[in-house]
Amino acid sequence: MWQAIHEELAPEGLVVLTVAIDASLDEPRPFVERAHATHPSLVDTEHRVADLYNMVNVPTVLWIDEEGQIVRPQDVHYMSNEVASITRFHNRKPLAALRAWVRGEAPAYPGDVAADTKVPTEADQEARAAFAVGWWLSQHGKADAAERWFVRAGELAPHDFTIRRGSMPIRGIDPMGPAFFAMAGEWARAGKPYYLPLPDTATSPEDYEVEPIPEISIGELQAKLAADL
Amino acid sequence: MPTMDARSDTVDLMAAWTVIDEQQNQSVESGDTLMLDPTVLGWERKPEGLCRDDICVPVPADVAPGLIDASRLAGLIGRPIAIDADERVAAFAAPAADRADTLRSGIAPDFELPDINGVLHRLSDFRGKKVVLYAYASW
Repeated sequence: MWQAIHEELAPEGLVVLTVAIDASLDEPRPFVERAHATHPSLVDTEHRVADLYNMVNVPTVLWIDEEGQIVRPQDVHYMSNEVASITRFHNRKPLAALRAWVRGEAPAYPGDVAADTKVPTEADQEARAAFAVGWWLSQHGKADAAERWFVRAGELAPHDFTIRRGSMPIRGIDPMGPAFFAMAGEWARAGKPYYLPLPDTATSPEDYEVEPIPEISIGELQAKLAADL
Repeated sequence: MPTMDARSDTVDLMAAWTVIDEQQNQSVESGDTLMLDPTVLGWERKPEGLCRDDICVPVPADVAPGLIDASRLAGLIGRPIAIDADERVAAFAAPAADRADTLRSGIAPDFELPDINGVLHRLSDFRGKKVVLYAYASW
């Protein structure tokens, strides 16, 4: 879907720049190939963009203007309604807002960009350091040592699912398996949001909820998620 | 009866450490405790303290000249650090305040990353266009 948006709005001056926060160039490759992507499809194995932009989950979307200014803070946009039944995010509002901004018909964000920008804590940055050590160890055949650092990073930043869930494939844990649902369930029972959309994207508390997905195979879910690129 | 100092019984071998500074790796020779030249992180020891650009932080009198213990250095310059002494790897992250200042300024931090074919792209390559930065993952 992002590829379709890129094609639609490129003539009006938009670039869709996608970044996979994944452990290798190969992991997002099926998504990129399925989308027949002509937009720049980057891969962030070391969490550089996640660090610079304080991203703690996916999908995370920011809008940047012609001068390199962030004009819409990080938000949660699912653009393919293939996954709306699972995520409860529908593309109607963000797609209309994006078209209006690109065409100069509306500002990128009706709120205060700086005030609604999420910034990291010291513990979040300590988690980045711990993740970096874990990542390096995992790439040098030190799985046991890496595991301790990934766990430590997750304890330091329990809301950071690029760390807690994103490290699962590196650690040999199924990121769509029981470990994920246990983690998400615990988080939800604690009253914590899994997604952090901006106020004009989320319309009701239900948008924030995470539920188990009992009646869909992992392969089907993967295919639906891939449709968002 | 001769006594033996446990510390003198171990040989503090110099060996390669990997020091990761915000996703950039370098190799540093050090013993079992990581001792760093502050210039590795872009800081210079001057009479007024540790300095980078126009910022100087004081250095307590008990910090000897020359190399500085990595944890101590991290504390002095406000950098979060993770050290695995057994595996000889350490990572410094950016201070939270630096990230907050940059993000609240509204300037989109530049970065360079490969695409799935390994070709490098920079965000700033697209200056002059509107950009949707969309982060996703296979997980």
